[in-house]
Amino acid sequence: MSVQKTCVVIGASHGGVNFATALRKEGWEGAIILIDRDPEIPYHRPPLSKAYLTSTDGIEAYHLKSEESYIKDNVQLKLGVEVVSIDKENQQIILGDGTSQAYDKLVIATGARPIIPPIKGIQTAAHLYPLRTAKDVEDIRTALLNSVAKNVVVIGGGYIGLETAASLKKMGAEVTVLEREERILARVTAPEMSTFFQELHTANGVDVLTSKNVTAIETENGVNTVFCEDGTSYQAAVIVVGVGILVNTELAKNIGLTIENGIKVDATAKTSDDDIYAIGDCTYHFNPHYDRFIRLESVQNAVDQAKVAAAAICGKSPVYNALPWFWSDQYNVKLQMVGLSQGYNQVLVRKDEDLKFSIWYFKDDVLLAVDAVNNAKAYVIGTKFIKENKKIDKEKLIDTSVDFKPLNLLQS
Amino acid sequence: MAKITFITSDNERIELEATSGSVMQLAVDNGVQGIDGDCGGVCSCATCHVHVLPEHVAKTGEASEIENDMLELDDNVSEYSRLCCQLEVSEALDGVVLQVAK
Repeated sequence: MSVQKTCVVIGASHGGVNFATALRKEGWEGAIILIDRDPEIPYHRPPLSKAYLTSTDGIEAYHLKSEESYIKDNVQLKLGVEVVSIDKENQQIILGDGTSQAYDKLVIATGARPIIPPIKGIQTAAHLYPLRTAKDVEDIRTALLNSVAKNVVVIGGGYIGLETAASLKKMGAEVTVLEREERILARVTAPEMSTFFQELHTANGVDVLTSKNVTAIETENGVNTVFCEDGTSYQAAVIVVGVGILVNTELAKNIGLTIENGIKVDATAKTSDDDIYAIGDCTYHFNPHYDRFIRLESVQNAVDQAKVAAAAICGKSPVYNALPWFWSDQYNVKLQMVGLSQGYNQVLVRKDEDLKFSIWYFKDDVLLAVDAVNNAKAYVIGTKFIKENKKIDKEKLIDTSVDFKPLNLLQS
Repeated sequence: MAKITFITSDNERIELEATSGSVMQLAVDNGVQGIDGDCGGVCSCATCHVHVLPEHVAKTGEASEIENDMLELDDNVSEYSRLCCQLEVSEALDGVVLQVAK
């Protein structure tokens, strides 16, 4: 008689949900239990700062999969439940309500949580929210709706902050973005891209201010004043904080799994414990293409690692080997990014039109990454050249009179 | 109500009915093998590639420029290729047959 095994997944977002589906497709016959502290049926996160924020829809319009599809796949959802600890000796997890759940295989897909920086007064500020969950977005929507002044300060000029700013502007808010660095998107893009987005937001009526280190927030009668190090201050009925994330590694750390910038996993997404895997934002994993360990905050990585872990648990020998890609939508601009630009020493810009261009990051002759603005073709060509390690003819690349096709750009 | 048929790479024929939403979401909700829809339907990932049966192209209409560009990610692209996140379910699609790209 074969004993049915149980696979427990902690975290039901892009990683956890795709893992559960993939595990079933790989032929796992035992139970699959998907646990998350978020009470909602799992939903797409990228639209939270974009379409979902500006709409009046309920989150059901953004479900990753329909409720029925979990029933069909025989995946048990345990939502609104906190996992307190893992007991790896007895192969069980302990839940917030004091009960336990046994596992044969465990997958940690706990993702990350927003950083709330230690700014004086931040704990007592009115209508201050991060943006990571559906509830955060609903709170922001409601706060804006109930505000007469409709002035919003966004702390942080990264993708989340900028997407949120664009959405809030569309909703009729008066928006100021305060970025601590000298330019927005400083951590992730070349200065050319920072300048483009700075101008884009300005043209759309959003104040994007750089070198603004927020030092204090004072709140009186529900109105916040945000103070910066340079002596300036800004009033805000609503404050959105988008200054980065902390990886949720505590459950793994407490049982002694190897942690290095995230939960360290091998090419099959397995942690230092043979029965525990980890996937998504919370992992520190090896990327063969860039030949180094990395941590990624992306849907792509969550989904790709989910598939790898599912195959590995079902006895196959997959190897994670994915090229990272990302996207961001702001106003009428669709930004698509492929690859990792870290370590670049040359940037080339191909400008097809004012609102259609691409930025190519090189280390000497090697193309590392491409940021494409309203230019899916550049994104696709970049993907192919990076993936296939082909050398690109730089002169032809920036010459818009050359027909934009892979064959024409090959270095001869 | 529109009836939409998917043929997977294993030649499994899946007939579904829907009234609204994207064809990609319909496929994802019903576990159609080969349709992932990782980006949630914003034409950013090209993981929902289908070939429309040539005689059904009139039902789906033509791909937009960005969709055509994204389709080039896949070496199996053909003149009948579409990203099904860009196909909205409506009466016009009734009876369409979509071959999931390999």
